[in-house]
Amino acid sequence: MSSNARAGRPSRLTRNLSAKIASVPMMLTAVVIFLGGTVWTVVYSFTSSKLLPRLKFVGLDQYERLWSTPRWLVSIENLAIYGIFSLVFSLVIGFVLAALMDQKIRFENTFRTIFLYPFALSFIVTGLVWQWLLNPEHGIQSAVRAMGWAGFDFDPLYNSSIVIYGILIAALWQGTGLVMCLMLAGLRGIDEDIWKASRVDGIPMWKTYLFVVIPMMRPVFVTTLVIIASGIVRVYDLVVAQTSGGPGIASEVPAKYVYDYMFQAQNLGQGFAASTMMLITVAIIIVPWAYLEFGGGRKRV
Amino acid sequence: MRFRSVIAVLAATVALPVGAGYATDLEVTHWWTSGGEAAAVGELAKAFDATGNKWVDGAIAGAGGTARPIMVSRITGGDPMGATQFNHGRQAEELVQEGLMRDLTDVAERGNWKEIIRPASLLESCTIDGKIYCAPVNIHSWQWLWLSNDAFEKAGVPVPKNWGELVAAAPALEKAGIVPLAVGGQPWQANGAFDVLILALAGKDTFLQVFGEKNADVAAGPEMAKVFKAADDARRMSKGTNVQDWNQATNMVITGKAGGQIMGDWAQGEFQLAGLKAGEDYSCLPGLGVNEVIATGGDAFYFPLLEDEAKSKAQEALAETLVDPKAQVAFNLKKGSLPVRGDVDLAAANDCMKKGLDILAKGDVIQWTDQLLSADSQKQKEDLFSEFFANPSMTPDDAQKRFVEIIATAD
Repeated sequence: MSSNARAGRPSRLTRNLSAKIASVPMMLTAVVIFLGGTVWTVVYSFTSSKLLPRLKFVGLDQYERLWSTPRWLVSIENLAIYGIFSLVFSLVIGFVLAALMDQKIRFENTFRTIFLYPFALSFIVTGLVWQWLLNPEHGIQSAVRAMGWAGFDFDPLYNSSIVIYGILIAALWQGTGLVMCLMLAGLRGIDEDIWKASRVDGIPMWKTYLFVVIPMMRPVFVTTLVIIASGIVRVYDLVVAQTSGGPGIASEVPAKYVYDYMFQAQNLGQGFAASTMMLITVAIIIVPWAYLEFGGGRKRV
Repeated sequence: MRFRSVIAVLAATVALPVGAGYATDLEVTHWWTSGGEAAAVGELAKAFDATGNKWVDGAIAGAGGTARPIMVSRITGGDPMGATQFNHGRQAEELVQEGLMRDLTDVAERGNWKEIIRPASLLESCTIDGKIYCAPVNIHSWQWLWLSNDAFEKAGVPVPKNWGELVAAAPALEKAGIVPLAVGGQPWQANGAFDVLILALAGKDTFLQVFGEKNADVAAGPEMAKVFKAADDARRMSKGTNVQDWNQATNMVITGKAGGQIMGDWAQGEFQLAGLKAGEDYSCLPGLGVNEVIATGGDAFYFPLLEDEAKSKAQEALAETLVDPKAQVAFNLKKGSLPVRGDVDLAAANDCMKKGLDILAKGDVIQWTDQLLSADSQKQKEDLFSEFFANPSMTPDDAQKRFVEIIATAD
């Protein structure tokens, strides 16, 4: 697509025709399934649909009920805590690990494999493993107590006020390996000469990382951010496997609310309202960012 | 989500093979997967296979809350099974209204179900607009308190005769390192236990006013406040249960780690499977020993409308088998539930089942919340009570206020 050098072939429509034809199915999928499904969901969120979708409009009733439901509020709060901490910790831990890895250490391959390994497990398996590890009768608590610290208490999954951190631990264990790999790839992409230059100037290593290397890795950070953020919003299976939302409703998340109300409570309208709220949340985050990143015709990086 | 679809796929693959042969395969989905339940379902399968058809088992693990969405989505998604379990009541209401379920009125008239099925409310729950859409298989009552005789012996207190005595015995049990009341973490368990408390402590009238008429004033009244106090006791006594599934909680009673459990009569199958004897090793108190009324909820089979001629025939055969006296006895003895007909011989029934049969004979029955409330209202209650049981800082008053809101908007 580099040029229009050859004159007399003006039609932009026919240029690269085969590529365009090839992408038609994907475009249809995107429009019909993603966009169509989204619009359909939003429309039906204003109805009183129960088990089956029915077009009986009730205005904003579903939303009013949603925002007066304690379980939904707890879900949102949990998602905020989980989101902020998992974003910060996986970026920081991932970057630090990658930076350490980048020091030309021995057995780098081995370490990389070890750190990346948890990512090969599904959230269900991760959740079950951590459910056992954090179980006070079989897991870490009993192991530490058996070693002599009888007063040791560590049972996040059975304590309403900190259960979300128990889930966070599992999520970090599973996800930081990937972040580390992405960061490592970014670090390897930094020209060796930059390091040499900063060494000549006598800039300490941490300063080079903070003020030179990280700004240069902006694209990698953006990619990583998108991957982590999408993982946060849709978190569901980890919670189901680890706590099923318990104790009580202390570790509920929005995606689980949507599922439970759509299918268990046979109340599609309520589920759709909740999923529309999730969509809006994502849009609020994505739109300004996308505007800054791609808008205004300005090219950065 | 992934977890569930894996189950769905597994269930589907179970159904696919074994095509050949004369017998018509009929896939039957249900959520009877604990030891006692699986044994009972085996009896139904045997009886159905004897009619020359083939029962293809589509068990879905993880209790009704997990299984029902899979069943519903298969029916609405155009991949119906041959027959499926639901709790009769309102769970399948909309499926019937949409014409996705098969009308069984013919079969019911031929089998004279109106006469033989008792109490009559069972068949009423299957009836929508004068047509019968399901075959009831058992009566399940939630209103039981199961007690471990061993646990009380160890704690040095006599086995309680009613709810009040259990509350009084709680400190002694705790001192002996026993959890007084096992309540599993799944939301429906706390919800069910609370409904049982209402019926036992506030009585039949209040129960019907709250759930039948959805009377918010009664729900906010002093009778209900009493029940919320009792729920507070139950919450305190359940501290330290740390298990999720109901059968794990029952197992705590079986092994004497817990003093008691409020659970439906399906728990009985677990006691039997463990080789325990009613009256000697464990005790049961219907209506918590206070108010001996049992609810006639239960399980029923619904039959999705199928095109296939042979399969429709097989559906009829299955419906007949389910209410057949022999199958009823064999199934219910294993399951610990009560048969849906009064004319069968249950000489082999144990102590606890006999208590249930007596109450049934006396007619002290009531419709259960599954029949009175929509799945939506039930789910809201589940959310409330699972939070209440897990969160000691929630006062009974707060819980009652939220309960009143749910009842006020219930349908």
